[in-house]
Amino acid sequence: MSGSNKSNPPEQPTTRTIRVAALARVEGEGALHLEMRGREVGEVRLDIYEPPRFYEAFLRGRHFQEVPDITARICGICPVAYQMGCCHALEKALGVFDDIDPPLRQLRNLLYCGEWVESHVLHMFLLHLPDFLGFESAISMAEDHGPLVRRALRIKKLGNELVALLGGRSVHPVGVCVGGFYRAPTARAARGLVGEIDACLDEMCEITQFLASQIEFPTLVRDYEFLALCPDDEYPMNLGRIRSNKGLDVDQEEFLDAIEEFQVPHSTALHARIRGRGAYLVGPLARLNLCPDRLHRRAAELLREVCRAIGQPLPWQNNYLSLLARAVETVHALALARDILAAYQTPPRSRVPISPRAGSGGHGTEAPRGICWHHYATCADGTIQSARIVPPTSQNQATIEEDLRQLAAGLVDLLDDQAALRCEHLIRNYDPCISCSVHFLKFTRSWSDPGFRSHPG
Amino acid sequence: MAAASAGANGSKPKLAVYKFSSCDGCQLQVLNLEEDLLNLVGVVEIAYFLEARRRQLPPPYDIGLVEGSISTPEEEHRIQQVRRDCRYLVTIGACATSGGIQALRNWGQVEEYARYVYARPEYVQTLETATPVASHVFVDFELRGCPVNQHQVLELLSALLVGRKPNISTHSVCIECKREGFPCVLVSQGQPCLGPITQAGCGALCPGCHRPCYGCFGPMEQPNIHALGDWFLERQRVTPGEMKRMLRSFNGYLEPFKQAGDYYERLEQEQSS
Repeated sequence: MSGSNKSNPPEQPTTRTIRVAALARVEGEGALHLEMRGREVGEVRLDIYEPPRFYEAFLRGRHFQEVPDITARICGICPVAYQMGCCHALEKALGVFDDIDPPLRQLRNLLYCGEWVESHVLHMFLLHLPDFLGFESAISMAEDHGPLVRRALRIKKLGNELVALLGGRSVHPVGVCVGGFYRAPTARAARGLVGEIDACLDEMCEITQFLASQIEFPTLVRDYEFLALCPDDEYPMNLGRIRSNKGLDVDQEEFLDAIEEFQVPHSTALHARIRGRGAYLVGPLARLNLCPDRLHRRAAELLREVCRAIGQPLPWQNNYLSLLARAVETVHALALARDILAAYQTPPRSRVPISPRAGSGGHGTEAPRGICWHHYATCADGTIQSARIVPPTSQNQATIEEDLRQLAAGLVDLLDDQAALRCEHLIRNYDPCISCSVHFLKFTRSWSDPGFRSHPG
Repeated sequence: MAAASAGANGSKPKLAVYKFSSCDGCQLQVLNLEEDLLNLVGVVEIAYFLEARRRQLPPPYDIGLVEGSISTPEEEHRIQQVRRDCRYLVTIGACATSGGIQALRNWGQVEEYARYVYARPEYVQTLETATPVASHVFVDFELRGCPVNQHQVLELLSALLVGRKPNISTHSVCIECKREGFPCVLVSQGQPCLGPITQAGCGALCPGCHRPCYGCFGPMEQPNIHALGDWFLERQRVTPGEMKRMLRSFNGYLEPFKQAGDYYERLEQEQSS
C-alpha cells in the first residue's frame, strides 16, 4: 500500500480526502470513496476506471462468425462466458437455436466446466483466500501454505487443460464457433483427462472441508435478491429461465424488460437494477441458493458436509461464504466434466450449418461471476447490426455498494489502511472482473462533521 | 544485452507487471505459469503486480512487463512514468504491442462509439485512439499474441536474467503448422488462412482446430500480404471488405497489417462506387 494513507477520523472541523492504495488482486481497476458524516456513512462510491473499449460499437458490421473471437477479448479470465453468451444469442438470431445437437450442448457444458474450475480456483486461492488467512498475496501465502497453494494450482491447471481440450488454449480459446465447435476432440484425448479429474476431485473435496472447518468467516448478512438461470433439469450454466428468490421469473429474451442498466458519473461500468425494485446479486451464491437440488451428487454431498461444518444451512445470505460456494461449484464442475468425458464419443458433426439472415436474439449464460447476457441483431448478409452485452460485475455493482455502506459503518474507528483492507476483502467476495466492468482499488474516505472527534490513534 | 540479473545492491532483480487498456488475459498467462511462477519467485522479486499481490515495492524496477494499450489521458501520462521506473520495458501481448482489438476505434468516430455504448457519454474519459506502447515510449522488447504464450514470457525473462537475446521466432505460423503435421487449411480446405503472414508463437492452434489462422500474433517479419490477399480475392472469392476485416482484428493497427487493411478498404470502396 502507498504511504499516504494516515487518515484517522478528523480532529479538525474540515473535510479530508485521503488516498489509499490501488485495489490489488482483482481483475481490473477501480477506486472506492467513502464519504463519512461523523460516524454515519454518507456516500459510497465504487469508481470503476477501467478504460472504455467500446465492444458493442465496433462489433457492428463484423460477420457473426467473428463475434465469439472478438467478445472473448472482453475478459481474459472468462472468455468462454463471452463466447457462450454470444453463440446462444446469435443462434437465436439466425434461427438455429433449437437445432444444436445434444452432444454439442454437452461439449459446451464441458468447456464451461473448465472455465469455472480455472476461474474459481484462481479467485479462491490466488486472490481471495489471502484475505481470510491474513496474507497480502498468494505469493506470501505460499511461504506458509506451500502445499495448499500447489494443490490449488494443480486443480487450476486441470481447468485450463479442459478449456484447451476444446479450444487449443485456455485464454481466448479458438475452438468455439456459432453453431458448435470447429472441431470436436478425439475420444482418446477426452478420456486422457479422466484420471486427473478423479485425483483433483478428491483434492478439491478435501481442501473444501479444510476451508469450511478452519476459516472464520466474517458476517455481513443482507436480504439479497439472488438472480440466476434456473433450468429445470440441471445446475445453471448455459440454459434456463431467469429467476430470483423474490418472484422474478422471465424468459431469456425478456431479461431487459425485467432489469434496467443505468449510468453513474463515477464509473465506466453501467449499473443495473431490477425494474421497480433495486439492486440484486448474481454469481455463485445466487446459483447455489436457487438451485442446490440440481448439483452433481458429489457436490451435493460436499455441500451437506460444508453446511454442517459452518453450522449454516442454505440459503446463505452472507457473501463471505461465496468462497465456499465457489468451492462447491468447482467440485460440481469437475464431477460434471468427468461424467461428460467418461461417456464421450466423437459426435457425428461438430457444428450445425447456418445460413445468414436478418434476425435478433438475446441470451445469457452463467459466467463464473454470474449472468452474462448478450443481444444481437443481424443483417441479411450475416453482419452485426446491433450488439448489447450485460456483464456480471456491472450487475453486482449496486449490491457491492450497498454491502460497503453497511460494512463501512462498522469501520469508523479503524485507520484507513485497515478499513481499506476490510473493504477490499468484501469487494473480492464478488470476484469482480473489472476488465468487463471494474479493476481495482483506490480507497478514499472523507470526513465531515464539526462536532466529531475520535480515534484512539 | 546486459543482464538484468542483479538488482542495484546485489539483491534479486525486481519485476513489475502493469496493466493498461486490456482484458487481463496476458497477466493471466503469467499466472498460468503455475509451478514455474512459484519457481520464478525464487529468482526475481515480484515488486509490483497488482493483479497478483497487494504489496508494492518502490521503483526502480529491473524488468517491467506492460499489458494493454494506451487509450485514456491518464494512461498517456502513466506510461511515461512506467518507462522512467523500468530498466527494461517489455510489452506483453497484442494490446500493448499493436493497440489491440480496441484500436478498431481508430477507424471510427470515438464520439459516436461513446454515444452508442453509454447513455451519458460525457462521463467517459477516453482518447480518440487506442495505440501501442511503442507509440509513446521506447520499448526494449515486444512479445506478440492475443494472449501471449506463457512459455515465451518465461523464455524472455530467462534471457533477460542471464543477459542473452530471447529466442523468439519471427517466422510464420506455417512453419509451426508444418512441424505439427496439420493438414493445410488453405490448400486442402480452400479456406482463407492468415498463417502465411502471421508470426509464429501460438503453436498453430487454429489449423489444429481445423480453422484458418486469424492472425492473433500479428504480422511476421516482412510478410507478403498482397500476394496472399490477391490470391484470396481471385481464387477464394474473398471480397475486399472481408479481407479488410480479417486484417483489422487484434493486430489491425500494427504495420504492415494496418497498411494492407487500409488498402483493401480503398479497394472495397472503389468496387462499390
